[in-house]
Amino acid sequence: MPQRIDVAKTWKLYIGGKFVRSESGQSFPVEHRRHGTTVHLCRASRKDLRDSVEAATSARSGWASASGYLRGQILYRMAEMLECRRTEMGEALGAGSNQTPKQRLEEVDASIDRLVGFAGWSDKIEQILGGQNPVPGPYYNITVPEPTGVVGIVPPDKPALLAAVSMLAAPLCAGNTTILLAPEQHPLPTTLLGEIIATSDVPAGVVNILTGTRDDLLGHMADHRAVNAISAVNLAEETLTDLRKRAAESIKRIHHERVTAPAWKKHEDRCSPWKVEPFLEMKTLWHPSAC
Amino acid sequence: MPDRIPDSTTKVPVNIGTTSAWEYAPAPERTPVEIEERYGLYIDGEFRSPRSRRWFETMNPATGKPLARVASANDKDVDDAVSAARKALPSWSRLGGQERAKYLFRIARRIQERARELSVLETMDGGKPIKESRDIDIPLAARHFFYHAGWADKLQWAFAGAVPKPIGVCGQIIPWNFPLLMAAWKIAPALACGNTCVLKPAETTPLTALRLAEIFEEVDLPPGVVNIVTGAGRTGQHLAAHPGFDKLAFTGSTEVGRKIAEAAAVGDRRLTLELGGKSPHIIFADAALDQAIEGIVHGIWFNQGHVCCAGSRLFVEESIQEEVIRRLEHRMRTLRVGDPLDKNTDVGAINNPEQLAKIASYVETGQSEGATLHEVNNQKLPSGGHWFRPCFLTGVQPSHVIARDEIFGPVLAVMTFRTPEEALKRANNTPYGLAAGVWTDKGARIFEMARRLEAGVIWCNTYNQFDAASPFGGIKESGFGREGGRHGLRAYVQL
Repeated sequence: MPQRIDVAKTWKLYIGGKFVRSESGQSFPVEHRRHGTTVHLCRASRKDLRDSVEAATSARSGWASASGYLRGQILYRMAEMLECRRTEMGEALGAGSNQTPKQRLEEVDASIDRLVGFAGWSDKIEQILGGQNPVPGPYYNITVPEPTGVVGIVPPDKPALLAAVSMLAAPLCAGNTTILLAPEQHPLPTTLLGEIIATSDVPAGVVNILTGTRDDLLGHMADHRAVNAISAVNLAEETLTDLRKRAAESIKRIHHERVTAPAWKKHEDRCSPWKVEPFLEMKTLWHPSAC
Repeated sequence: MPDRIPDSTTKVPVNIGTTSAWEYAPAPERTPVEIEERYGLYIDGEFRSPRSRRWFETMNPATGKPLARVASANDKDVDDAVSAARKALPSWSRLGGQERAKYLFRIARRIQERARELSVLETMDGGKPIKESRDIDIPLAARHFFYHAGWADKLQWAFAGAVPKPIGVCGQIIPWNFPLLMAAWKIAPALACGNTCVLKPAETTPLTALRLAEIFEEVDLPPGVVNIVTGAGRTGQHLAAHPGFDKLAFTGSTEVGRKIAEAAAVGDRRLTLELGGKSPHIIFADAALDQAIEGIVHGIWFNQGHVCCAGSRLFVEESIQEEVIRRLEHRMRTLRVGDPLDKNTDVGAINNPEQLAKIASYVETGQSEGATLHEVNNQKLPSGGHWFRPCFLTGVQPSHVIARDEIFGPVLAVMTFRTPEEALKRANNTPYGLAAGVWTDKGARIFEMARRLEAGVIWCNTYNQFDAASPFGGIKESGFGREGGRHGLRAYVQL
C-alpha cells in the first residue's frame, strides 16, 4: 500500500468559462505518464458543441469590441500562465507521444512564444491589412478588417500543443470567439490549455474546448449556422469535401491548409498576418467629402 | 422597340403641390450596333460552334423579341475551355507583370473606344436605361481593367511580407444585372495576378461578354487566357463541378451560391462568393433630407432594383416618417419608366419574365400580409417587353416576407425606428450582410453605426457607390471574398 493516495484530476470540457462534464455521459481513456496511469477525457456530444456555440456567440460582441490593446494583454497573460505551467504541460505532451522530454519542453516554449507573437498583432492588424482606397470622386473610402465571428478550430494531432495554440491565437487576437476541438489522438495538452486560459482573464465563452472524436463533432460544426468559419489542417480529402459540402448551406468560411509538423516551428510564417486574415471580414466605408 | 409612351402624370390629381414628371420628347440613343445572327463559344482564342450543337436565344427585355442565337455549352465544351485555360497558364503566368499589365491597359482603352457601342448593346440585351450603361457600367468596366493593369507588376508590394503566386485556372460565373461590369470585375484581377479564366456570362445577357472576347482578339491577348462559355444554369453546374479549376468565383443569388459551393466542394479548391442581400438603409431625423431622398431613390430604383446591394429595407426615424414618405412619393412620380434606349429613362425593363413574375408575386404577398402599396399608377407602361413600376410599401413588419427575402426588383419595404439601438437591431436582423446605408449629420453616430452594422460595404450619407479601388463583397450569407482594391487581389493569389 502506498503511504498516500494521489488525488487525480477530473478532466473536463471548457465551455462558457466553466469546466463541465459532457452531456454524453461518456469518456475515453488516455495514457498519462505523470501517474503512470490512464486518465479519462469527456467524449463531447452534439449538445456540448451547441452549448459551446451558444457561449461563443454570446461572447462575440464583447470580445470583438474590446480594444486591441486589451486583447493583446490577455493573450500575453496566456503566455505568462503557460510559462508558469511549463513542466506540467511538458508532461501532458508526453501522453501517448514519443517525444523526448527536451523536445516536449521545446514545443511548450515555442507555444509560449507563439502566444506572445500573436498578442502583439491584436492592435496592429488593422494597419497592416486595412487602408484607405483612392477612389475617383469626392469620397473618403476606407477598409477596416473586422472579426468573422465564431470560429471552429480543428488542429492536427502533431504537434499537439504548438499547432493548436497557433491555430487558436490567430483568430483570437483579431477578436473572434472560438471552439477548439482537441486533437483526437493527443487531447491532453489542449485540455490543459483550458485551465491556463481560465486563469488568463479571457472572458467566458471566448475560448471553448471540447474533447472527443471528430466524427462526433465535425459534421455538426459544419452544419451549425452560428459557426461562421472553420479552420482545419491536414484533413483527409473526403473529410474535407464533406465538410465543405455541409458548410455550403450556411455560406460558412472554410480555411484549410496542409502543413507538415516541422513547419509549425517557423515563427515568421506561422505568426504572419496572413494567418489571421482568413478570419477577418473587410468592411469598406464610403463617406462624401464636401462643405 | 416600343414607342415611348408619354408620361401622363400631370393628368392625375397630385396631392403635393407641384407637378411631377414633365412631358419630354423622345430622345432615343441612335448609335447603331451590329448584332450577328449567332455567337459561338470563345475558346482558345477563337469563336467556335458548341459540341452540344445547341443554341438558345437572347432577348431584348424591352421588346420581348430575340436579338441573337447564342451557343449553349455542355460538359464537353466546358472541358475544352478548361483545357485551353490550362494550356495557356504557364506562359501567361511567366510572362511577367509588366507585360501582362500592357494587355490589360490595351483592353481598358478598347472598352473606352467602343464605349457607346457597348452601352447600347448592354441596354438592348439587359434592359437597363442607357444613361446607366453609358455613365456607370461601361466606364467602370474600363476603369477596372485600367486599375488592375497597374497592379500586375506590383503584386510583391501588395501583401505584407508574403510572396504572391497565381492560383491557376479560374472558373467565373456572373449574373445578368451588370453583365460587362461583372465580367471586368472577375477577369481583370484574375489576369493581373497571372491566372487564366473560363467565364460564364448569364443566360439572358451574354452579348457584351462576347463583345469583350472580340476586344481580346483585337488586343492580341494570347489564346486560352480568357475563355467564354455561354449557357444556362446547367452550364454553370458543369463549371462548378469541373475538377480542372483551381479556383471558382461566383456572383449571384445566395440560393444558387449554396449549390455552387456544394458542387465546388472538391478538396482544396478556392472559392469566393458574392451573393444576395437585403440591405438596410437607415435615415436619422437629422439627415440632410433632400440628399437622403436621392440616396433612397438611387438605392432601390437604380437598375430596376436588380442590384445585389440594393437598399431594399428602409428604416426611417419615426419623427420624420411622414415627411420622408411624402417626399419619396413625390420623387417617385418623376421617375420615367420606359424605353431603356431613351436617354431620359430612369427605370428600364425587367431583365426577364421569370424575374418579373417573382417581383409581382412578392408585391402581392406584401399586400396580403397587410402592407400598403405606394406606386405611380399614372404612367402607362410600354406594350411588349417586361415592365414593373417602381414602388414602395409601408406598414411593413420585420416578419413580413417582403422585409426578409431578396426581391431583386424596384420594390422598397419601409419601416420605422425610434432609437439607434433599435435601428441597429432591426438592420442586422437578417442572414444577409452585403451592404448598408446610414444618413445622419452626426459624425460620431455615423462611425458607431458603421462599426456595428453587419455588412461588407457601408455607405454613409451616400448609397450605391462603386469603384475599382474600393473592395466590394459581403459577410454572413452574402458571401465571402472581396472584389476591387488591394483586397480584391487576394482572391486571385496564393501566399
